[in-house]
Amino acid sequence: MPIQSVNDFVVRFANVNGSGSASANEMFARAVLRMGIPVAPRNIFPSNIQGLPTWYEVRISEAGHLGARGGTDLMVAMNPQTWDKDVAGIEPGGYLLYDSTKPMPKSKFRDDITVIGVPLTAICNREYTDPRQRQLFKNIVYLGALSALLEMDVGEIEKLIAEQYKGKEKLFDANKHALHLGRDWVMMNVQHPIGLRLQRANGVGDRIFLEGNSAAALGALYGGATVCAWYPITPSSSLAEAFTRHCNRLRVDADSKKAKYAIVQAEDELASIGIVIGAGWNGARAFTATSGPGISLMQEFLGLAYFAEIPAVIFDVQRAGPSTGMPTRTQQTDIISCAYASHGDTKHVLLFPENPAETFEFGAIAFDLADRLQTPVFVMIDLDIGMNHHLCRPLTWDDTRKYDRGKVMTAAALETGKDFGRYLDVDGDGIPYRTYPGTHPSKGSFFTRGTSRDRYARYTEEGAAYADNMQRLLRKFETAKDLVPRPLQANANKPTKYGVIYFGSTSPPMDEAIQMLEANGQYLDRLRVRTFPFHSSVTSFIAEHDFVFVVEQNRDSQLRSLVVNECGIDPVRLVPILHYDGTPITARFIARAIGEHLDALKVTPLRKVVS
Amino acid sequence: MTYIVKPKFHHPELPKNALGYTHRDYEGAVSTLCAGCGHDSISASIIEACFELSITPHRVAKLSGIGCSSKTPTYFLGNSHGFNSVHGRMPSVLTGANLANRDLIYLGVSGDGDTASIGFGQFAHAIRRGVNMAYIVENNGVYGLTKGQFSATADRGSKSKRGLTNSDNAIDLVAIALQVGATFVARSFSGDKAQLTPLIKAAIEHRGAAFIDVISPCVAFNNHSGSTKSFDYVREHNEAVNFLDFMTGRAPIHVDYAPGTIELVEQHDGTTLALRKLDAEYDVHDRLAAMTFLQHHAAKGQIVTGLLYVEDESSDLHGHLNTVDAPLNALSEKELCPGSAALDKINASLR
Repeated sequence: MPIQSVNDFVVRFANVNGSGSASANEMFARAVLRMGIPVAPRNIFPSNIQGLPTWYEVRISEAGHLGARGGTDLMVAMNPQTWDKDVAGIEPGGYLLYDSTKPMPKSKFRDDITVIGVPLTAICNREYTDPRQRQLFKNIVYLGALSALLEMDVGEIEKLIAEQYKGKEKLFDANKHALHLGRDWVMMNVQHPIGLRLQRANGVGDRIFLEGNSAAALGALYGGATVCAWYPITPSSSLAEAFTRHCNRLRVDADSKKAKYAIVQAEDELASIGIVIGAGWNGARAFTATSGPGISLMQEFLGLAYFAEIPAVIFDVQRAGPSTGMPTRTQQTDIISCAYASHGDTKHVLLFPENPAETFEFGAIAFDLADRLQTPVFVMIDLDIGMNHHLCRPLTWDDTRKYDRGKVMTAAALETGKDFGRYLDVDGDGIPYRTYPGTHPSKGSFFTRGTSRDRYARYTEEGAAYADNMQRLLRKFETAKDLVPRPLQANANKPTKYGVIYFGSTSPPMDEAIQMLEANGQYLDRLRVRTFPFHSSVTSFIAEHDFVFVVEQNRDSQLRSLVVNECGIDPVRLVPILHYDGTPITARFIARAIGEHLDALKVTPLRKVVS
Repeated sequence: MTYIVKPKFHHPELPKNALGYTHRDYEGAVSTLCAGCGHDSISASIIEACFELSITPHRVAKLSGIGCSSKTPTYFLGNSHGFNSVHGRMPSVLTGANLANRDLIYLGVSGDGDTASIGFGQFAHAIRRGVNMAYIVENNGVYGLTKGQFSATADRGSKSKRGLTNSDNAIDLVAIALQVGATFVARSFSGDKAQLTPLIKAAIEHRGAAFIDVISPCVAFNNHSGSTKSFDYVREHNEAVNFLDFMTGRAPIHVDYAPGTIELVEQHDGTTLALRKLDAEYDVHDRLAAMTFLQHHAAKGQIVTGLLYVEDESSDLHGHLNTVDAPLNALSEKELCPGSAALDKINASLR
C-alpha cells in the first residue's frame, strides 16, 4: 500500500558531488518552507569536490519535528553509483523518482514501492546542447517534476528562482523554462499527485532558516569580537568565512571605510589560537573556529591560556575523528578533549547550543564569559548544526545590553593606589583583576607566565604558591557554574523514576522521541545540559531518578564520563545511549534504544513471579 | 634563581632623556642568566635603545617564547607588560597582541631553538604578514636551558662542548627573513654594543616586520674552540658591511664623514638613518643582492653583520587589513555592535 501523507514525509536526493544539485535541492526545501510547512534539510556529503556520492535529505513535518527521522519516503535517485543502496533504503510503500532515459532491468527495482520514471537526460539532451547546461538544468527539471508529483505551489519555486537570479533576466527565464519542462512532462505522462502531498500550512510563523556556522559568526560579531584567526578545516571553515562576510557588511566604518575587525587566515591551528591568545591578552575580543584535529593541535596553548588566565573563544564544529577521518560527518566527539584540554590540571568552560538561534546567543555570551572568567570558552557545535540550514526562532538582541569586559583595572584605579596583584583574589570568587598592556607608566605592569609566580605575578617556583594558585583556579571554576546558562528541565506529565540527559544537536530529535515514547506509555523527565561546568541542578536531577539515560553522539559516552567525574555519580545509574556512525542521531533511534532499556527494566524477575 | 632585589636609588645626576626618564626607568629585574652571557649584553642594548629613543616605558609590549633568550624580557623594561608564551610561538602571540592594539611598540625576543627549530613556521609567517614589530633572535647555536644540544642554526661541522660534530645543515635566519619579505633585516653581535644598539633603535622605529639576528655566544655551552658561535670565532669572522651611526630623530643631521661614505635613509615617520658604509658596494635597498652577498660570504665562513636590507616604503599587517586607526581593543559596543534593527533585517533575509 503506497504511503499516503500530507506535509509529513522525508524526501532524499541522491546525487553526484559537483553536479550542481545542491542549489536545486535547497530550493526545494525553501519552497516547502515558503508554503508554511516546517522543513529540516540535511546535507550528507563526502570529503570531496567532485564525483563522490552526496545526499540531501529533506524532512517535511507540519508538526514541527526538526530532527532527522530516519528512513526515506521518496527517493530522488540521481546517482547510479549508489542506486542499489538508495532503492533499498526506501520505506515499504514509498516512492522512487529516477531518470528513465536508459532502461533498467526489473531486478533493479522493488515491488513494494511506487516507481516513477522521468526521462530527465532525454529531456535535457533534446533541449540543450552545452554539456554543462544539460547537467545543471537536469536538477531544475527534476525539481519541476517534483512540484507536480507533490502538488507543490509552483509559484513559490518561481519566486525563489526570481530572487536567486535578481537582475539576471536571462538566467531566470532559462531556469523557469527548465522547471516547467519537468513539471509539464509529469503532468502529461504520469499519474499525479502521488500519495505524498504538500499543502499550504501555517507552521513556520516568523521563524528563520539559518546555518549554525553563520549564526555563530553573527554571535561573534554581535558579541564584539574584533580579532579572528583561523585555519581552514571542514566543517568549521564556513564559520570564519561567514564572519568575514558579515563583517564586510556590518563592521566597516562608514566614514573612513576602514575595518573595525582583523581576520587572519593563519598558517595552522597553533598560530590561530596563538593569535587569539595574544589579542585576548591585549584586551581585544578574539576567537578561532576549528574542529577536532585543530583542538588537538591547540592543546599546549589552551593550557597556557587557562593558567595565564587569558580570555579566548573557540568555536568547535565537531566532526567524526581523526584528522584523516570523516570530516564531513557529524559527531559530539570533542567533549573530553575540550573540557580537559592541555597538560597539567586544567578545566574549561564549554557551551552546548541546540540550534543556530542558540548558537548565536551562546556565541555572543561566550565573549562575556571569557572576559569575566579570564579563560578560554568553547562553543561546542557540530557539523549537523553548523553546516545545515535549520528552522529556528528569529535572532534577537537587546540594544541596552553592555559587554561585560570583566575585571579590568584602569589607569585611574591604579592611580588611586589600589592594590594590584594579577593573581590576587580580592573578591573571593577566584577571579583576579587584570590590566591591559600599556595602561600606566609605573603601576600595573606584570610579566605573564603560565605558573611559577606568586599572587603579584612575581617569579617563584615555591610549591605553596603553586598550590595556592591552583586552589584559586578551582574557586573560579565554581564561580563559573553560576555564570553560565542553566540546564533546562522538562518533566513528563506523569511521575517517573527515569530521566534523560542530552545536549546540543540531539535536542530536536529528542523532543520527538519523547512523544514517541509517551505514545508507548513510557515517560521520562528530561534535562538539557547547556554547559560545562555543570550546574548543581544536574546532580539533583540525577538524584531524583533511579536511572538517567545520557544520550550522546559519540562512542565513549564522553558527557556521561564528565558527569560521573565532576558530580561524583555512581556510573551504574547513568545509562549511555550512543549514536556514532557519523549521521545525525534520529528520533527513531533514541526512542527505540531508550524504549528497549525501559522494557528490560520492567521485566518482572522470575523469583517474584514464582512466589 | 637569583633573589637579589635591585636597589631603586640612583645617582641624582644620571642623564635623563627627552621625557625625563633615566636609564634606570628602562631596566628590569636582575638577570638570572650565566655571568658573561651574550644575552645580557643584548638586554643592555635594548635598554639603551629605548632610553635614547625616549620611548614611554610602559608603551612597549615584550613577548617571548621559551628558552634562555625568552627569559630576558624580565630583565629589561620593568614597566612594560611581558609575555613568556609557548616554545616557538611568540610570533603568533605577538601578531594577535599587535592586532588588538596597534599603538604599542612590539618587541619579540626569541632564540635560535625557539625561532629556527620549533617555531620556524611561525617566524616565517609572522614576517611574511608584515607584523609591525622588532623581532630579535639571540642566536647562540645551542640549547642552553637543556644543557648544550645543537640548535638548527649550528653550522655543519661545528663541535659541541661534549665533542660531538654537527652533521646537519644550518638555517640562516637572515636569509629566510629576506626571502619571506622582512622589510628590515640586520645581523649583529652581542659583543658589539656600538653596532647593535643603533640597529635596535632603527628596528623599533621601522614600520613593518623588522628582524635582527644577533649572534650571542653561550658562555656555558658554546664558547669553546670548534664552535662557530664563540666570542673568538665571531670576532675573527665578523664582516660588517656598514655601521648605523645614529638615529637622528627629527633633529637636523650633522655628518662628519667623507662624502660618499654616508647614506641617509628616510624612515616613514620622518626620522632618518645615517648609514656609514664600510663596504662601498653594498646596497641596503637591494633584497636580491643582499641575499647573494650573504650566501657568498657564508660560503667563505664569514659572518656578515650590519643593516642588511631596509625597505623605504614599508607597510604592515594593519595596512594590509585596512583596520581602523583606533586600537581594536578600545572599541566599544557603540562601534562594534550593529544592534537589533540590523538583526531584524538579517532575520527578514532568512525567511
